[in-house]
Amino acid sequence: MTLLEVKDLSVSVADNAILKGLNLVVNPGEVHAIMGPNGSGKSTLANVLAGKPDYQVTSGSIWLNDSNIEDLEPHERAHAGIFLAFQYPVEVPGVSNMEFLKASLDCLAKARDEPQPNAGAFLKRVRKIAQTLDLNPEFLKRGVNEGFSGGEKKRNEILQLLLLEPQLAVLDETDSGLDIDALQVVAQGVNSYRNENNGVVLITHYQRLLEYIVPDYVHVLADGKIVQSGDKGLAQELEKKGYAWLT
Amino acid sequence: MSHSVNELVGRNADYAAGFVTHTEAETLAPGLDESVVRFISAKKNEPAWLTQWRLQSFEYWQSMQAPKWAHVQFPPLKFDDISYYSAPKSQADGPKSLDEVDPELLRTYEKLGIPLHEQEALAGVVNAKPNVAIDVVFDSVSITTTFKAKLAEAGVIFCPISEAVHSHGDLIKRYLGSVVPQRDNFYAALNSAVFSDGSFVYIPKGVRCPMELSTYFRINERNTGQFERTLIIADEGSHVSYLEGCTAPMRDENQLHAAVVELIAMDDAEIKYSTVQNWYPGDVNGKGGIYNFVTKRGICKHRAKISWTQVETGSAITWKYPSVVLRGDDSVGEFYSVALTNNLQQADTGTKMIHLGKNTKSTIISKGISTGRSQNTYRGLVRMSPTATNARNFTQCDSLLIGDSCGAHTFPYIENGNSTSIVEHEASTSKVSDDQLFACQQRGIDPEKAVSMIVNGFCKDVFRELPMEFAVEAGKLLEVSLEGAVG
Ligand SMILES: Nc1ncnc2c1ncn2[C@@H]1O[C@H](COP(=O)(O)OP(=O)(O)O)[C@@H](O)[C@H]1O
Ligand SMILES: [Mg+2]
Repeated sequence: MTLLEVKDLSVSVADNAILKGLNLVVNPGEVHAIMGPNGSGKSTLANVLAGKPDYQVTSGSIWLNDSNIEDLEPHERAHAGIFLAFQYPVEVPGVSNMEFLKASLDCLAKARDEPQPNAGAFLKRVRKIAQTLDLNPEFLKRGVNEGFSGGEKKRNEILQLLLLEPQLAVLDETDSGLDIDALQVVAQGVNSYRNENNGVVLITHYQRLLEYIVPDYVHVLADGKIVQSGDKGLAQELEKKGYAWLT
Repeated sequence: MSHSVNELVGRNADYAAGFVTHTEAETLAPGLDESVVRFISAKKNEPAWLTQWRLQSFEYWQSMQAPKWAHVQFPPLKFDDISYYSAPKSQADGPKSLDEVDPELLRTYEKLGIPLHEQEALAGVVNAKPNVAIDVVFDSVSITTTFKAKLAEAGVIFCPISEAVHSHGDLIKRYLGSVVPQRDNFYAALNSAVFSDGSFVYIPKGVRCPMELSTYFRINERNTGQFERTLIIADEGSHVSYLEGCTAPMRDENQLHAAVVELIAMDDAEIKYSTVQNWYPGDVNGKGGIYNFVTKRGICKHRAKISWTQVETGSAITWKYPSVVLRGDDSVGEFYSVALTNNLQQADTGTKMIHLGKNTKSTIISKGISTGRSQNTYRGLVRMSPTATNARNFTQCDSLLIGDSCGAHTFPYIENGNSTSIVEHEASTSKVSDDQLFACQQRGIDPEKAVSMIVNGFCKDVFRELPMEFAVEAGKLLEVSLEGAVG
């Protein structure tokens, strides 16, 4: 069974064709890095996987565990196992991180007919994850992303990843804006998430992240398509030569 | 296949309190003249001075005009189409104990989750509010007051105002109309003429009221107005927390609710007054609903504190400005408000903080939430009198819009007559954005829950001020009121 299969996908935003026949297959246990110049459609791919409104699928299809998911609403896709770490996490003022995480876990449990996590165990688990990400426990009481630094926002996304344990993690430039220490913390987080049952689509601009999270495949997205695929060696090549030679 | 915020708004809500109680009532024929005023006064066996007081109010009212300045629209009220008195027949003589209360009425309150049996309330059977004494006003009369004996031990008086007129006539005579004069405004004058029932509270010197006091107002009869009157006196150094709740059946015609609330906080006293207002708001197309035209004001003596907290989710139109006159030096006034409007509801609400004493302080936190095609207005006055040396005010006024068809408006009035006083005003307007909604949904949270969570977050600073028992309830009420907005 494939975890994710994107078949010949074309996507328009506000009548502009952004993705033009994109193909991608992610099997359980794999990490796929997606690289590409600014504006090539990386975030568009991430958003359309998660079902963001305004992204129109004009042709092609998306499959998760061999089920078609295009008709699912964003929260239903989350229930099915898709997680998106946002490039620009949004603020939800007045809703504490803790409250948000609990609501999220409760909704996921409910949708999956699982018992709701016990409050004490939940608290303990969140605190522990926060610690591994070098986040002060006080941070959990603050409003979601409210006044967070860029680095805190990104680490918070990883905290959610580790807590929710989705089947497919799409990480959209989680490395951008991080200093080297934070980058290592984030990479460790992602590595600890990895196992043989889940998969990662790792969108990044820089080869640097791939030294810490070693991908099984590297794809180059340009002009709405995957124009080149390879192993991690491709990323090093891109680092030297840039993207121009591919398009 | 996904929701944008706009697609979510404007659906119909379930108003759980919208049922009608079928009990025979004695209802006065619609219409208002001197004889109606005399009838009400006679019905309650009032002393002559009070009958005169009512008649004088009626005279004032006749020469007054309905205020036009609020940002609300409705056809002129036909005061002759309203009935000014209605009481369940079964309660004509006033039940002496709960056993005498009409079982149909008891069932009504059970349905509403209001515990009238003290034992049940204590055991938390009906609702988990073990430490709350309740006065229950059904149309024009008070049905029952719980925990009277326990309160009496502490010297606290908590009873229907119609009863207090007889049992504590001196206090009523002295303080009725002392904070909101008879001709304060059009609706206050009307209320002074025809007020039916309401609660009276007196907390003796130095006493901390041992339990939350609460009044639950219900309009049941068709074509009736409710004109309740509440008077709370906190004597020197005393402390009381009081909460009122309100509901009404769903009816196609509009019904008028014109209440007056007066608070008196003597030196070093503290009154915390909370309102959870859930009058029937009308349907999706703005048909029916309560006109909630209310005058609430308190006066603070030296070092006293009055704190108003309101959660306003109901009513077709809300027109109310709970205010504090900071007469004494070092006194404190607070106003915390959440006003949510949906469908075609209109709210024009806020406060007045009148600083007279030295070193007086006031805080205003207002959170307005508009959705559907509703209009939500904050209107607030901060007046620093020349005598208010070193007075301070802080105002924060936030509006949250859900969808594109609603309106939020802010009218702050600041009159600063003292160079040593400081007035700070902050305001913001924000929207529940599609991005926020998507971010929540991406984490598995369904859109309805997401919007209610975002709105609750927005209201956090106000909910914090509610008594614990009611904070959770207010959150739930908001969720229900929003459910209409977001599916
Ligand atoms: N909501 C939107 N409305 C209009 N254009 C958009 C929108 N989102 C993305 N685009 C356009 O789509 C293209 C791809 O954007 P994006 O997927 O964010 O690229 P990347 O993440 O690779 O930098 C860009 O030209 C961008 O301007
Ligand atoms: Mg991007």
